[in-house]
Amino acid sequence: MASQIVRRLARSRASGFFSSAIPSFLNRSFSSESNLIRATLFPGDGIGPEIADSVKQIFKVADVPIEWEEHFVGTEIDPRTQSFLTWESLESVRRNKVGLKGPMATPIGKGHRSLNLTLRKELNLYANVRPCYSLPGYKTKYDDVDLITIRENTEGEYSGLEHQVVRGVVESLKIITRQASLRVAEYAFYYAKTHGRQRVSAIHKANIMQKTDGLFLKCCREVAEKYPEITYEEVVIDNCCMMLVKNPALFDVLVMPNLYGDIISDLCAGLIGGLGLTPSCNIGEGGIALAEAVHGSAPDIAGKNLANPTALLLSSVTMLRHLDLHDKADRIQDAVLKTIAEGKYRTGDLGGKSTTSEFTKAICDHL
Amino acid sequence: MSRRTLPIVRNILSARSATATRSVTYMPRPGDGSPRPVTLIPGDGVGPLVTGAVEQVMDAMHAPVYFEKYDVYGDMKNVPPEVLESIKKNKVCLKGGLRTPVGGGVSSLNMILRKELDLYASLVHCFNLPGLPTRHENVDIVVIRENTEGEYAGLEHEVIPGVVESLKVITKFCSERIAKYAFEYAYLNNRKKVTAVHKANIMKLADGLFLESCREVASHYPTIQYNEMIVDNCSMQLVSKPEQFDVMVTPNLYGNLIANTAAGIAGGTGVMPGGNVGADHAIFEQGASAGNVGNEKLLEQKKANPVALLLSSAMMLRHLQFPSFADRLEIAVMRVIEEGKYRTKDLGGHSTTQEVVDAVLANLD
Repeated sequence: MASQIVRRLARSRASGFFSSAIPSFLNRSFSSESNLIRATLFPGDGIGPEIADSVKQIFKVADVPIEWEEHFVGTEIDPRTQSFLTWESLESVRRNKVGLKGPMATPIGKGHRSLNLTLRKELNLYANVRPCYSLPGYKTKYDDVDLITIRENTEGEYSGLEHQVVRGVVESLKIITRQASLRVAEYAFYYAKTHGRQRVSAIHKANIMQKTDGLFLKCCREVAEKYPEITYEEVVIDNCCMMLVKNPALFDVLVMPNLYGDIISDLCAGLIGGLGLTPSCNIGEGGIALAEAVHGSAPDIAGKNLANPTALLLSSVTMLRHLDLHDKADRIQDAVLKTIAEGKYRTGDLGGKSTTSEFTKAICDHL
Repeated sequence: MSRRTLPIVRNILSARSATATRSVTYMPRPGDGSPRPVTLIPGDGVGPLVTGAVEQVMDAMHAPVYFEKYDVYGDMKNVPPEVLESIKKNKVCLKGGLRTPVGGGVSSLNMILRKELDLYASLVHCFNLPGLPTRHENVDIVVIRENTEGEYAGLEHEVIPGVVESLKVITKFCSERIAKYAFEYAYLNNRKKVTAVHKANIMKLADGLFLESCREVASHYPTIQYNEMIVDNCSMQLVSKPEQFDVMVTPNLYGNLIANTAAGIAGGTGVMPGGNVGADHAIFEQGASAGNVGNEKLLEQKKANPVALLLSSAMMLRHLQFPSFADRLEIAVMRVIEEGKYRTKDLGGHSTTQEVVDAVLANLD
């Protein structure tokens, strides 16, 4: 297994991480004829197409200079990707460097990779960023949430390296590399700086996993030194869980290894009302940003015009921010928040009776 | 029989206003009243403060226990052998917090104790205390966590510079015994549901083995409902609908996170009792955040919350088959909380540890 990792590391070195500096977070392709930015759109499955339509409609009304390149999940396995996602789709994201993705349901069966895993691996999406803020007017038990979770997405507990040692004894490997830890820490501090955040907290369990989480912390500290204007702190994961549910306002930006990030980001989503309201964006090698709705495809209400497009909309807002289109992002975000705060047009999941199209229209009116 | 008394405590508590008292008889074996030795580790930080509170209350109740006190601190290289000897002899120990050093090659004494004594189950009881307002209501969760293997196996190494591996070990043996303990606990305490927490969609083999063991044990308890939940979803459910949970059984790391989250929503780590238990020994301590021994300021002002450890000692009294002493202690603590006059800062009050203890002493029947 060691040799496997060495090989993997060598490969990623060859792909040039060390040469890419921070500015690469922000290079992108413009379409040739106009100054429209081209972005890939995966409407996805289930309610995906409906909520994607809603985003397209709102972008049009808000006059966002984006030209969508729509890609659908194929019906057959593409041998080049070993998945239902085609090579062309992946190429499209690589070329455009920005994309938006609806929920995707991986068909059950063997011989292919899950769709999300394919995207993550092929596009090298190393960081998952989730801004979590209380929506004004939508009451939950917590009303002072405003934090960002940044999760390392490629290694750690999700390395997928497992084996049975003897009958009844199983080992699972958690891998932490300096390269991946530096990369996600770098992005976390870059994000904090460019988004006017004051503090970055590294979440860890280095008192138990002294070497793995210790390495993660060491990398975070190294990067923190380069950002003296941002306060850096370290919080043990169990304490973090407790503090989050006691007083979520204590946190600003959180950066974490894979598993902790998975748990904490969902916990934070729970604080503000669930995955249906939480935006998410994945950052990949070479400045790729793939925004996504992290909720399920809800096949039971698909095609019934009942879905709540908020998560995808707010995700598209994070995409616009990544593109530095802050005025458009603000306009759309404000309109979404206002519509929800007003409470007149809410979809079923938020306790309202509106359809997707009514909700969308209300947002357009608020733009 | 003694473990079933908590519902009785509740009945007594709620019936108190109506002055209807129920007469409960516990028929002991001859000699059961002789005092039992208990190992006491005050520990670091606020530890001595809160264990001191327990000593005072036990003294005032004339509880049939006496303490063998040992000084152990988190920065020690190992647990002194005489302490282990004492626990092995007494079978029961009460412990304040021990600081866990971050990094630096010193392993956590809490973990050494668990490993040495094979305390494979950690139990944290997270529930709303009457009269203490929290964000969520109707929380009554018992988190039972595997305590000896998993992510805490302590097997780590550097493969090449910059690449570190940590092994998570899951065995059938340990998964089975924790599942058995969880279901047995649910059965003996009249709990209705056991939820297994996992991440088997990603760690198919490791967490898969854990689930397989839980399912097997569950099939022997047809009257107890069994379900499974992925850990990320579980933490989201905990902060939105915690009332759905009853007993939860988890591998090591998830249990640590789930217990702290559950403690947080039910009123904070300052009030949640818990302990670690194995086939032969039991250590009672504050339920969550054992490694967090409070800040210096709390210590200086002597304002640590003794409630969690007092409730843990009630658990200990029940474990030692002294149910009526456990009830008396629990009722006194609950009365103090309900009155709301003496509360420490974490519960929104200004009282010192001693003021809370005095209030508890005044409320003892």
